[in-house]
Amino acid sequence: MAADFKTPKMRKYPEIPVLQEGATTHLKPFRAKPEHQEALGFPGELVENWEEKAVEKLRELLGKYRSLQVYLDSCVKCGACADKCHYFQGTQDPKNMPVARQDLLRSLYRKHFTPQGKYLPDLVGAKEMDQAMLDEWYSYFHQCSQCRRCSVFCPYGIDTAEISMAAREIMDSIGVGQKYCNEILGKVHKIGNNLGLPQPAMKATLEDLEEDLEEETGIKVKLPLDVKGADVLLITPSADFFAEPHIDGLLGYAKVFHAAGISWTLSSYASEAANFSMFIGNYSNLKKAAERIRTAALELGVKRVMVGECGHAWRVAYNFWNTLAGIGHGGDDPYARMLQKQLDPNYPAPQHICEFTDGLIRDGRLKLNKEANDHRIVTFHDSCNVARGSRMGGSPGGQFEIPRRIIRAVCNNFVEMDPETTREKTFCCGGGGGLLTDDLLELRVKGALPRMEALNQVVQEEGVTHMAAICAICKSQFAKVLPYYDMQPDMIVSLHQLVSDAIELGDG
Amino acid sequence: MWGLTGFFALLFYLAAAVAAAGLIYKINQYRNTPAPLKIPTTPAPTTRGGVVLRLFREVVFFESLFKSSKWTWLFGWLFHFGLLLVLLRHLRYFTEPVWSWIALLQPFGIYAGFIMVFGLGALLIRRLVVERIRYITQPSDLLLLLLLLGIGLSGLAMKFLVHTDVVGLKAFTLGLMHFDWSPLPADLFLATHLLLVVMLILLLPFSKLLHIPGIFFSPTRNQVDNPREQRHLAPWAMKLDQEQ
Repeated sequence: MAADFKTPKMRKYPEIPVLQEGATTHLKPFRAKPEHQEALGFPGELVENWEEKAVEKLRELLGKYRSLQVYLDSCVKCGACADKCHYFQGTQDPKNMPVARQDLLRSLYRKHFTPQGKYLPDLVGAKEMDQAMLDEWYSYFHQCSQCRRCSVFCPYGIDTAEISMAAREIMDSIGVGQKYCNEILGKVHKIGNNLGLPQPAMKATLEDLEEDLEEETGIKVKLPLDVKGADVLLITPSADFFAEPHIDGLLGYAKVFHAAGISWTLSSYASEAANFSMFIGNYSNLKKAAERIRTAALELGVKRVMVGECGHAWRVAYNFWNTLAGIGHGGDDPYARMLQKQLDPNYPAPQHICEFTDGLIRDGRLKLNKEANDHRIVTFHDSCNVARGSRMGGSPGGQFEIPRRIIRAVCNNFVEMDPETTREKTFCCGGGGGLLTDDLLELRVKGALPRMEALNQVVQEEGVTHMAAICAICKSQFAKVLPYYDMQPDMIVSLHQLVSDAIELGDG
Repeated sequence: MWGLTGFFALLFYLAAAVAAAGLIYKINQYRNTPAPLKIPTTPAPTTRGGVVLRLFREVVFFESLFKSSKWTWLFGWLFHFGLLLVLLRHLRYFTEPVWSWIALLQPFGIYAGFIMVFGLGALLIRRLVVERIRYITQPSDLLLLLLLLGIGLSGLAMKFLVHTDVVGLKAFTLGLMHFDWSPLPADLFLATHLLLVVMLILLLPFSKLLHIPGIFFSPTRNQVDNPREQRHLAPWAMKLDQEQ
């Protein structure tokens, strides 16, 4: 593909970029078609009086979300967040500074919801909704991957993700949606997964993979689908069924279940861990997609619900599923009560596949041959939604320790990247938040810059050959953008691919 | 004389009433607006006590700002810490007899005035000189800094340039509190100082000064990381459950 943009140069030392106003104003994702909009309950096209409707929607959201209300008021423009966004680093566009991005919405808020904005608009930067504002919103609220890195550094914890979700929700409500997110979400509601993969195709794919596995290992390792009475229902991103390097992770999960002797199943009805409703900030769609999982869990009669390698999906599962669909403790509607009666009381809440694998390793239930990964020097990319929006294990920070513990258990050569770019300070891959679409390729390449720099450093200095990740979006994104930075696309691997290569399956 | 006193007395009552009403309105608004989803920035505390500690570190030490930029943190913290000491020092105008710990604080309060003005000056220069900070600056951001600087400098001037009649001032402030007015000493610096302070008080609910209550209501900072143990449900979201 001929690129009509320049890949940013990797810098040797971190520096704060010089501003280039308007550098990425031209970047806008494709607009959702009317049918994509309507499938989610949004108007198909720009509605009449959309300026007023946008303000009304903002009013509604201000009453529903404390985050939005508090964050629009509290910013003091200290600039703590200004240089922390990977898109700002990569594009140099000042409107990609988190505070400037927030101000696109804050200007409308001040105009309509604060006395100072009503009476002294120029003093406080208050503005009226118009075509120019909508254009800027559409552009720059689709240049935020909602990775929450800025919220780590904000003295008030202002989370730009909350602002960009609200802005996208407002735009959807007046008929201006983004094609990538909304089309995909429609497929989840209709068919059950992002890819729009129906049950027969899924079944065929899984059977093919089982054959491959048997050829490779000589053992019948199962990839069960829709098996009633299985112990575990695994909800994994549908990319795991088709994309590279995701598939190798899926095979890893299968081997782990096989080795542990625990029965499990995938569901064709709930065949998607991803829930793009979060990216567009829409609660009712978020709930609707999450309820598929509860329905599947009840129908299949499983004892545990587990989630595969997917960043935002784990945030949704860990933090939101209980709220949205009563998958967890304390749900008090009939379905939630039924589910809690059915689930193993030791695992009433969704578990991450890494928690499961880590537990097995620590109990000595997996036979691992670390040497199988000796041809690799591995580093680990913390995915933003796992790092800053969830937890694994019993104590804070488990989301950092558990994946690393697994890697160390299956691999002799593990190297950390610059600590300024890992754990809670990790940089987004550049494709999160509903931006993993080719119409935003320029943004994705540029937004990957900080991660590419940190990776390149350990490649040069420590000979790193592979970077493991536990997020479907990260994996797809890196496979696509690594070549732009003169690195091999197959450097990115699923964490469970490393497990898969090291695990020794005996028949017994 | 009574004209000046009456003018300032009424101004203070007005400003206090407006600020109190405005802040109560905003705080109630924050309290009554639900946070429908669990969104703490993780790693986050798993207990209520942990959250109290997190907020304490945030409010007292500016923990997150420290992670962001050591210079901004230094100037910002010096300003706020200086302001705090200065405010405490000013309690001597509102207590009779002066509380002993306030009396102990007096000498430090004087230095704090300089620290506060230094911090503010550095923040102002930063706002004007650093490109990206200039970009995000609105006129109101500059005016607020200038207002605070004006308060600090006029206050220092009364201590170090032209002594003001502090005994008379104290009679005035105590009179304000007890609705039994005493004359305000006629003094240019004092009048300027008080006028700017009134403006600052008035701005509390109508400006970014709302960060003061805001931090305590910030869901990314004040939520407990316990979605596995408890179901978190907003009233409006509960209705969606019941509609099914």
